[in-house]
Amino acid sequence: MRIMAQLAMVMNLDKCIGCHTCSVTCKQTWTNRPGVEYVWFNNVETRPGQGYPRRYEDQRRWRGGWVLDRKGRLRPRTGGRLRRMLTIFANPVMPSIHDYYEPWTYDYEKLTTAPLSDEPPVATPRSLLSGEPITVGWSANWDDSLGGSPETLVRDPIAEKLGEQVKLDFERAFMFYLPRICEHCLNPSCVASCPSGAMYKRSEDGIVLVDQDRCRGWRMCVTGCPYKKVYFNHKTGKAEKCTFCYPRVEVGLPTVCSETCVGRLRYLGLMLYDADRVAEAASVTADEDLYEAQLSVFLDPDDPAVARAALEAGIPEEWLAAARRSPVRDLIVRYRLALPLHPEFRTLPMVWYVPPLSPVVDALATTGHDGEDAGNLFGAIDALRIPVSYLAELFTAGDPGPVTLALRRLAAMRSHMRAVNLGDEPDPSIAAECGLTAADIDAMYRLLALARYDERYVIPTAYEGTTPGRIEETGCSLDYDGGPGMNGPFGETSGRPVPVSIESFHGLKQRQTSEEVTRDRVNLLNWDGRGAPKGLFPQRDTTEEP
Amino acid sequence: MSWIETALWVVAPYLTLLVLVLGLVWRYRYDRFGWTTRSSQLYEHRLLRIGSPLFHFGLLFVIAGHVVGLLIPESWTAAAGVPEWVYRFFSVTVGVVAGVCTLAGITLLIYRRRTTGPVFLATTRNDKAMYVVLVAAIVAGLLATMLSSGLGHHDYRLTVSPWFRGIWVLRPDAEAMTAAPWPFKLHAAIGMLLFAAFPFTRLVHAFAAPIGYPFRPYIVYRSRTPR
Ligand code: HEM
Ligand code: SF4
Ligand code: SF4
Repeated sequence: MRIMAQLAMVMNLDKCIGCHTCSVTCKQTWTNRPGVEYVWFNNVETRPGQGYPRRYEDQRRWRGGWVLDRKGRLRPRTGGRLRRMLTIFANPVMPSIHDYYEPWTYDYEKLTTAPLSDEPPVATPRSLLSGEPITVGWSANWDDSLGGSPETLVRDPIAEKLGEQVKLDFERAFMFYLPRICEHCLNPSCVASCPSGAMYKRSEDGIVLVDQDRCRGWRMCVTGCPYKKVYFNHKTGKAEKCTFCYPRVEVGLPTVCSETCVGRLRYLGLMLYDADRVAEAASVTADEDLYEAQLSVFLDPDDPAVARAALEAGIPEEWLAAARRSPVRDLIVRYRLALPLHPEFRTLPMVWYVPPLSPVVDALATTGHDGEDAGNLFGAIDALRIPVSYLAELFTAGDPGPVTLALRRLAAMRSHMRAVNLGDEPDPSIAAECGLTAADIDAMYRLLALARYDERYVIPTAYEGTTPGRIEETGCSLDYDGGPGMNGPFGETSGRPVPVSIESFHGLKQRQTSEEVTRDRVNLLNWDGRGAPKGLFPQRDTTEEP
Repeated sequence: MSWIETALWVVAPYLTLLVLVLGLVWRYRYDRFGWTTRSSQLYEHRLLRIGSPLFHFGLLFVIAGHVVGLLIPESWTAAAGVPEWVYRFFSVTVGVVAGVCTLAGITLLIYRRRTTGPVFLATTRNDKAMYVVLVAAIVAGLLATMLSSGLGHHDYRLTVSPWFRGIWVLRPDAEAMTAAPWPFKLHAAIGMLLFAAFPFTRLVHAFAAPIGYPFRPYIVYRSRTPR
């Protein structure tokens, strides 16, 4: 047994309103630079829909993730190491910029220089890559909220899989939002496909990072990741990806996407797992068994043997305590409400999702039924085949069982709490019918509906006692396009980025939480992820009572 | 032997080596972040998918040919029972095919670079200078192979090769090199320029070739605090 700790996230999809706040604040913090204009470490896609980049889930086309070879061994879908070396001169399957979208700006100068005329001048779109005028025809969320034509919608790879009948029906039937970040997988195929060994999984907290000084731009990771969450910076010629906001979580703060989430639907916490069993779990034969297989590599921090082994492996007491309180573990293991995204990619992803019950409730409500009645809800979950099989394709490689269980539990919580709120005696058989007790439901309600800040986020700080490493923030205020920071002798952005600050643990913590900011007025659109300016977040009420 | 020839065949090789080695060390220390292929595949992939492998694989054969031709003395192949004309036949045919592939590949790559808007915008002056030297080296090499060895029956293994081997034992045989026909001299001179330019251009990516990759486990774990 080789115990490792993993920082993981769960998102409760019922609460996502598709506002894209998480995407915007993430972009402001991490990808607000030339070269990554088209990059969204966090994106929110509408399902059904094609996603970003377009149809990334279609692995017959994009060849990400792992497959079992004829002998049942795990290998990247694009082939083994030698094969990758032979195709290094031109990657055979790499999405082009048009599969994401061509980034653009507007010709604002026109507004001030246009000669006097009857029509107001128009700032026309210009490509940020070629400077030429372009017609904007796609973006990171072009089909937002089922916008666009039905032809766009039916090209959803999951809808295609579900077949003709569904295709005609489902766009009328339901819709929900799916926010996505890098999954910080236990078995990351991006790391496996990096020829230089520049990508790595941090052994302390499982965060998957790209070492910018060792990346040589072979761009194999872009293909390797089935979620298409490694991006190529076309200015620096290096790969970049979601960092799980490591400078923040190291000092115990939630990621920017979590902190700013309007629906307060993201949960952060630790999972302990047995790294020696990862490969075995990722190579079970049937795709539908991958969900259970992944559950089986997680370890129980309340088990004394596990706790002992963890301490021996150098995991501090504080981390063990955090693992015991982990909201993520409760949602994944205890209540089995959260499910992994596309386990069939065999990377053992670690950002999990509580499937949305709202499509079912909506369907009931539109037919005039009571959407909070347990009997109605249970019946509808079984009868509404389309949402369930769609969700199953997303979260359990097609097995409706776990999705149905999670939805039934959410439904039970809904009707149980209605009884409580109306002062009625909740019917204990409702909880029992989906394998829960009334106490379980109360705890679920507390976690999912009240979702207190300190219960949503249980983040142990980076190992105290040991020196918390150097933290180099490479963001430099001179790094704008054409700025003095960009003119190395070997093309743009060459040269060693000068760390703005090399700070101690406490220094960084102060910087991330202080109210000191550089601009007069800060809102979500110009906040750079540093500091907590007044008025941007609600006052944190520590006396708040459930 | 004129002073020019001495400078070219005795001084320049060591100057090149010095610049190459010191340049690489310097670049590694000063600009590890800029040490990349600066791939342009995101912008354009159709032409790249043909041009880049054509160029690089051609180049790998060309490099292999150089290694064999320059390092293995004629007496060794003769002792192994390979007649001179057989050796030359293969060296010229393989050399010409690989050279033409390389040239075709780089032509396609340069065409692509000039005609694809975003790729052209991402081309620096440094890149342009590098392409001039690179193409010149390839063309001169092809000329030498075709004119002198193929049509002209010059045996470079008696002139260029002894000179090249001499460099490594600190006794560069400039006399031998002086006896070579001009296309060889031109090619050798441009070649030295190209090597000296390596550390200071995008060509530096060749020195990062991931040869260790096949021998490492798939998943890399690294500690947050370097131990
Ligand atoms: C065996 C080691 C080498 C490897 C693995 C390698 C790999 C690569 C890769 C991945 C690219 C980027 C292609 C793209 O996506 O845009 C590239 C570009 C290039 N390489 Fe290499 N290379 C190697 C050796 C060389 C050598 C020895 C030379 C020349 C002497 C060379 C010259 C070039 C040039 C000129 C380009 C730019 C092509 C263009 O976009 O116009 N490479 N190489
Ligand atoms: S989701 Fe993240 S960790 Fe997983 S393969 Fe993709 S980039 Fe790597
Ligand atoms: S901020 Fe929260 S609610 Fe808004 S889109 Fe992102 S995840 Fe959904």
